[in-house]
Amino acid sequence: MSLTGIEVENVRRLDEGLKKIVVGFIKDCRPHPDSDHLSICQVDVGEAEPSQIICGAPNVQADKKVIVALPGARIAGNIKIKKGKMRGEVSNGMICSLQELGIADNVVPKAYSEGIFFLPDDSKVGMSVFPILGMDDSMIELSITPNRADALSMRGTAFEVGAVYRQKPVFTDKKVIEDDSAAADQLIQVMVEDEADAPTYKIRMIKDVKIKESPLWLQNRLIHAGIRPINNIVDVTNYCLLEFGQPMHAFDYDKIQTVKIVVRRANAGEKLVTLDGEQRTLTADNILITNGETPLALAGVMGGLDSEITEKTTTVALESAVFDPISIRKTAKMFNLRSESSSRFEKGINVATVQEACDFAGAMMAELSGGTVVSKTVTATSMKLKPVLVKITLAKINRSLGTTLTIEQVNEIFAALGFKYDLNHDQYEVTIPPRRWDIAIEADILEEVARIYGYDRLPSTLPGGQVQPGSLTKSQQLMRATKTLLEGSGLTEAISYALTTEEKAAHFLQKESFPTVLQFPMSEERTTMRMNLISGLLDDLAYNVSRKNENIAYYEVGRVFYQNKSADSLPIEENHLAIAVTGNWQEKDWQTIKQPVDFFVIKGIIENLFSMYGLTNQITYQNSQDYPEMHPGRTARILLDGENIGFIGQVHPITAKKYGLESAFVGELNIQQIFAADRKGIIYKEVSKYPAVKRDIALLVDENITNQSLRSGIHAAGGRLLHRVELFDLYQGKNIEKGKKSLAYTLTFMDPETTLTEEEINQALNKIQKRLRSDFSAEIR
Amino acid sequence: MTLKKQLEDLRDRAIKNIDSTLTLNDLNQIRVEILGKKGPMTEVLRGMKDLSASERPVVGSYANEIRDVITEKIEKKKIFLEAVKLNQTLKEEKIDVTLSGKKVPQGVRHVLSQTLNEIEDIFLGMGYEIIEGYEVEKDYYNFERMNIPKEHPARDMQDTFYITDDVLLRTHTSPVQARTMEVHDFSRGPLRMISPGKVFRRDTDDATHSHQFNQVEGLVVDKGITMGDLKGTLEVMVKKMFGQERKIRLRPSYFPFTEPSVEVDVSCFKCGGTGCNVCKHTGWIEILGAGMVHPNVLEMSGIDSNEYSGFAFGLGAERVAMLRYGINDIRHFYQNDFRFLEQFKIKE
Repeated sequence: MSLTGIEVENVRRLDEGLKKIVVGFIKDCRPHPDSDHLSICQVDVGEAEPSQIICGAPNVQADKKVIVALPGARIAGNIKIKKGKMRGEVSNGMICSLQELGIADNVVPKAYSEGIFFLPDDSKVGMSVFPILGMDDSMIELSITPNRADALSMRGTAFEVGAVYRQKPVFTDKKVIEDDSAAADQLIQVMVEDEADAPTYKIRMIKDVKIKESPLWLQNRLIHAGIRPINNIVDVTNYCLLEFGQPMHAFDYDKIQTVKIVVRRANAGEKLVTLDGEQRTLTADNILITNGETPLALAGVMGGLDSEITEKTTTVALESAVFDPISIRKTAKMFNLRSESSSRFEKGINVATVQEACDFAGAMMAELSGGTVVSKTVTATSMKLKPVLVKITLAKINRSLGTTLTIEQVNEIFAALGFKYDLNHDQYEVTIPPRRWDIAIEADILEEVARIYGYDRLPSTLPGGQVQPGSLTKSQQLMRATKTLLEGSGLTEAISYALTTEEKAAHFLQKESFPTVLQFPMSEERTTMRMNLISGLLDDLAYNVSRKNENIAYYEVGRVFYQNKSADSLPIEENHLAIAVTGNWQEKDWQTIKQPVDFFVIKGIIENLFSMYGLTNQITYQNSQDYPEMHPGRTARILLDGENIGFIGQVHPITAKKYGLESAFVGELNIQQIFAADRKGIIYKEVSKYPAVKRDIALLVDENITNQSLRSGIHAAGGRLLHRVELFDLYQGKNIEKGKKSLAYTLTFMDPETTLTEEEINQALNKIQKRLRSDFSAEIR
Repeated sequence: MTLKKQLEDLRDRAIKNIDSTLTLNDLNQIRVEILGKKGPMTEVLRGMKDLSASERPVVGSYANEIRDVITEKIEKKKIFLEAVKLNQTLKEEKIDVTLSGKKVPQGVRHVLSQTLNEIEDIFLGMGYEIIEGYEVEKDYYNFERMNIPKEHPARDMQDTFYITDDVLLRTHTSPVQARTMEVHDFSRGPLRMISPGKVFRRDTDDATHSHQFNQVEGLVVDKGITMGDLKGTLEVMVKKMFGQERKIRLRPSYFPFTEPSVEVDVSCFKCGGTGCNVCKHTGWIEILGAGMVHPNVLEMSGIDSNEYSGFAFGLGAERVAMLRYGINDIRHFYQNDFRFLEQFKIKE
């Protein structure tokens, strides 16, 4: 069945794991002398002698048939019952509640929910209780998708099973015997203010009812379907809900107070106490059943307390209707009152069986309560059934499914589904029965044909037609290359949550932005879309450090979310790359001294990245104090062609501490902007045949002069022959004047055309020295 | 003693000395002693001036011959002694090769990225484009354009984080498809795309639920796309990802944006279909959802559903990785515990 229609989630025996549980008759029951709540019962369990069983239930009493777990029995939860002694008295088993047989607490009838269950008096002593409780059977649990609400009833499911197994379902109908002494419309007037709210609205009257427990078979069915039995009237409405999928409501006619029912929208602020005792404040989204003046019930969702069926009820007004799904959905959601009824109205019901279900229920109520059904149904509105016709050709079926079905095969499928059709050549006109309100268009028919035919029988093909080559876009290629480079540099990829706290979302902020905040977050930890990646990575680092993974080097690629204004528009999503490293970059081992991570480790990796992008010459670094979360002396803003694209540096010790870290080095780049930059790519140059010449130059400058400015000065002065400049020494301290620093560069000269002469090199060196002196007041050493 | 005899003596003595030499130093000394300016060879040659003009060339050439013999002998011995010395040095340079090598830092790609990359590559090979979209979307693209109007019961299938009434965190990557369909120029060929990325559901995080996860959805729209094409395409994917012997099975399901809709099971790659813990003893593992694009979805994107048809599918990267590696807690993917992440450094 799962393969053609509705998924079977579970099949289980109701008496699974239970044994040796029988009907017992309490012949005698007296209080335990040593206890204030135990009773000593002599129970006939069909053996020669009565068994003595100690029972703690408050409702235990003599002359009742009860559920007895004999010694050696197993009850719910795989508990074994043994002979024992309780406060000095022998106990040969246990008298059980329904819960002890595995019935859920919330479906056990209220009368027995705090104690043991009483079986009908005609139950045979010593016999297994399972047939009596309807537990000698299997339960098939179906998982029903929202579109197949037609299967939210026994009858609907029967049609589905019939289609799958090629059988025709048969139903026993109940004939209503109407009492002609009065007509229902003399007892009550029914009006619907807006037909859209209740396209069908019917009331049947049942009089002279006597409210009592339903017969056990009915209670059993409800219990096993997950509905708590209440009384013979309410149980019938629930039974019909299961049988037809038609939700119904029973009002106590006398408590309506007027002789009128009016269906209308609630006025804002209007109040109603629902069955559960809660006072509800209503809005115009709610459809109400009223007596013309005051509300009686929240239509399709829950009845009102004041008109509820009670032991004193003698006349029942039974409602069978169709309500507007959207209003029902809103009402149920607003009051958090999703019920069997509301969910069916939301998803639609079989509008063809409103009357039939109503008649069925009326007849059943009369039968179970000794009452009579008053003649006539009072109908305020009644939907016209419009036949649904769907046209489809055999060719279209085959073209869509890739099959080669014949007319005969398709005819057989429609017959199995119980769909009538006209066939004209290969053109079908399928009449959709009202019980399948999910079917309206060609695609729906295709699905029916495909699943009944069997998906396993469909051919396997690949799409034909014109094929373009698939390829990664430039950015996607660059992204993969970026990841590969970072991993090769020792960084592991992390993926963090995009939702964080409002505070962390705004850390390390590179742009002014409003936060993107959830309307209804699940927790305080996840309220706001991140505006930076670093905070997530710092959380990851802290998570690891607290688990003794102390040396962590992570990178992450992902979106950050900026808002221009706190308005309804979409945030600006920017793809960022972030790096975060803590602990040692190199651990101490037998041949290596440990190297804690520092600014220049991160910078080296970033430089390699820009070198791969071919952007090295377009990148500059500037000392930055823009980020309050960063170390003011060890943070660099990074510019691409003069535009800010991110930063690297050490996290401010106070911020690090807030995240639970001793220290961390981080960086975050707007990778999207980098990928979009103009880049030169590879411009091949002939490898020079002539040797390069190296010269060292040492200079003393003011300590505020940056390496970057010195290098550009050297490059500018060195001209075409200067090939490379590398800083090989930096010194400040002893033997150097305070406020000064000493730097030493290796300069590499090369001419691709010819061997350099000493004179050429000296000329270039002179120019460089001159420039260093003039522009940087450098002392050449 | 004749000069000749002297030369022969010299030669014999030299050879004897060379043969018995053990070091390069001694050998060098022998060379200097015999062939040096003050050595016997020079002395012999000096004595040639007393010889007659006819004897001189004979003795001279004999002396040269002897000198060459000695020189060659020395050279050979030198090569030999050098080799001995090198071998000795190499022997002394022995290391413990079981000591660990220098640690070269090496990171690992996140297992979810690896999984996504793998899926992407399979579809790139079949001519699909990879298209990314917004993670924060409009309700309109996320739901309405997917045939899920406001108040549609199917909205319950995907609990949603809303930013405003009209802006939300996307619950699937389908809005990318809606946005792509409305701009795709079919005169330039069919649409074949996958959209990988983060999606969000209003779920409480536990071992099997995550409020954030990664999805890959695929879409093909063209004239004459059949459900058989969907089945065949998914078979290709499943075989590439889980092995050539894998089979798939389609079961009816429901998604508002496809009709027919199916759940797709793959035959268990752990037990091969005989039943085990991974497949919960059914032989099958539910791996993705799919279907034929609902005509309403095509029409809303301005595509004529009488002329064009398409299929769509979606799968979760976390689910694939969990099944493959037996990961039992989805939260591992986002906690970024290094002991978790580093396990996926192996290329299988």
